[in-house]
Amino acid sequence: MAYVAVRGGREAIESAERYLQFQRDQGPAPPLEVSQVAARLHLAVDRVMGEGSLYAPDLAALALIQSAGDTFEAAFALRAHRATLPRIAATPAEGTGSMRVIRRISSAFKEIPGGQHLGPTADYTLRLLDFSLVEEDPAGRAARLEAFMREAGSAAPAPETFPKMIDILRAENLLADEPGAGEEAPFDVTREALRFPAPRSAVLQTLSRGETGGLLALAYSNMRGYGAVHPTIGELRVGFLPLRVPHPVTGRIETLGEVKVTEAEIISQFPEAGAAPRFHLGYGLCFGHNETKAISMAVLDRALRQRGSAPSEDAEFVLSHVDGIEAMGFAGHFKLPHYVTFQSSLDRLRKMQGRDAGA
Amino acid sequence: MLAREWIGRKERPVASHGHNFGFIDEGSKREVRRAILKAVAIPGYQVPFGSRELPIARGWGTGGLQITLSIIGPDDVLKVIDQGADDSVNAVSIRRFVQTVTGVRTTTATRESSLIQTRHRIPEEPLGPGQILVLQVPIPEPLRLVEPSEAQTRRMHAEADYGLMWLHLYEDIVRFREITIASRYPVLVNGRYMMDPSPVPRWDLPRLHLAEALFLFGAGREKRIYAVPPWTRVEPLEFADHRFRVEDFGGRRCAHCGATDTYLDELVDDATGERTHSCSDTSYCGKRRDGRAG
Repeated sequence: MAYVAVRGGREAIESAERYLQFQRDQGPAPPLEVSQVAARLHLAVDRVMGEGSLYAPDLAALALIQSAGDTFEAAFALRAHRATLPRIAATPAEGTGSMRVIRRISSAFKEIPGGQHLGPTADYTLRLLDFSLVEEDPAGRAARLEAFMREAGSAAPAPETFPKMIDILRAENLLADEPGAGEEAPFDVTREALRFPAPRSAVLQTLSRGETGGLLALAYSNMRGYGAVHPTIGELRVGFLPLRVPHPVTGRIETLGEVKVTEAEIISQFPEAGAAPRFHLGYGLCFGHNETKAISMAVLDRALRQRGSAPSEDAEFVLSHVDGIEAMGFAGHFKLPHYVTFQSSLDRLRKMQGRDAGA
Repeated sequence: MLAREWIGRKERPVASHGHNFGFIDEGSKREVRRAILKAVAIPGYQVPFGSRELPIARGWGTGGLQITLSIIGPDDVLKVIDQGADDSVNAVSIRRFVQTVTGVRTTTATRESSLIQTRHRIPEEPLGPGQILVLQVPIPEPLRLVEPSEAQTRRMHAEADYGLMWLHLYEDIVRFREITIASRYPVLVNGRYMMDPSPVPRWDLPRLHLAEALFLFGAGREKRIYAVPPWTRVEPLEFADHRFRVEDFGGRRCAHCGATDTYLDELVDDATGERTHSCSDTSYCGKRRDGRAG
């Protein structure tokens, strides 16, 4: 008897899965290819890699297709895949000075050593719907590509690396030294449960894995008034960092490839009693091209180190709530049956109302 | 080999279905087992562990599942329930996953199982020695009700400083003449640690007290494991002049098996709007109907 009931539940689940698959299959549109999503929706791919904390563009593209574009679900699938992979090595702690930069701006100074390089951005483009994209013309695309490459070929070559803006501030003694950074073996929140007070490496890792919207909401609350960070973007960079890993036998550091990242360094004035006035740094770094996330992370990093009374300045509050996969999972679990606990609540309520139990 | 024999073994069984036996890699399973051993050694104490992501969403039983996957052996007989029922969709989904990555035999019969994963219920039939019940936990911290900060609650546990919770219960009685906590009712384990028994109804708490089975609690999202070993005192908080009470069904009986001594689900009839009741533990109810229990 119970066995029949079990089959009922299983059949319902399998039907629901078939219905979902039908939604993905129906209609005349051809199915998406992984390479298509990886190339054409690269910002979505970047976001999913960051929140899924696995740098794997093709797998992130696959996850996006599988989840029909839901970035929470895609990042979740990527994380679940990540859990099956062994951790084989740790990269040495290195600066980001060797980044191969495609975009680099500072809002602190008009002119900066190495120059402002806008790179690929829609920041100054009017967000009008471009109806020409409805019917993309392959010839037009080819012509655009050719023109772009011709222009790029004739442009003066960009420098290999750029000086860091914060180094300039540091040299002038305008930036406070931050103690502790880089001195400890990094804490890995995927291997150990986060505890409070959290070490800095755990803070940065948690923020870097955080959900873009979640980080943004908390950082925005701080900038808008529930907090004291008034950020200036010292430097925002998008580019490729070499992936450097010690050889398992020789121990020599080898370069295996490169990883696209966004890095934000925000500076904020913060008066400290009994100390000379200095600027303070907030740091953000995430996988892929995701400027909103890197800036939000930098603001939160700064906010957390100020230890104020706003929610975004409380490490436990911020770090416990920015993970999209955990937040989504918990919000979603309320869809599960709760009738046992609800029955128990009914019992309490009826008792308090002085009514007959179970009525 | 059963879970209880499996704990501490070094050899690994054959991988199946493209994944390691039990999905999680052996190093991570060992880490979970170490956390379990510590939890058993300090009954009711929440042991932090590096919770892994599973293909089932956080908040849907990943803590319990990591325990199950880390201790399950090829010869275990698994039962999975949700709300007391083997056919609840989440129980089906979890059973299907564990079966896919381990190939173990499953059952709905409480007595036949060696390992039971559950959400929100403890089976009506008493568990025997050697049986392990794995409970899924959404919020492992009983003090979260009265103190939001983890740093604070850890200090309170260390100092056995449970005054805030006692005060909360007292104020409840003053304001409502009742303790309003319905499920997740706080218990004191072995006279030392206050523990969240997971969202089981109060009805189930007496079955944790001086039981023959091992109870393991896993909170995946909150990254905590804790345990109630066999023959451990588990006492719901109560006052000398306001005793702990389980849910009262006012003598109502199960519409299927006639039981008056089980936790009942309340059902509303589509057509008449009339209310009927039936056992939440569907396996026990079925067994009673088949006349194998009285």
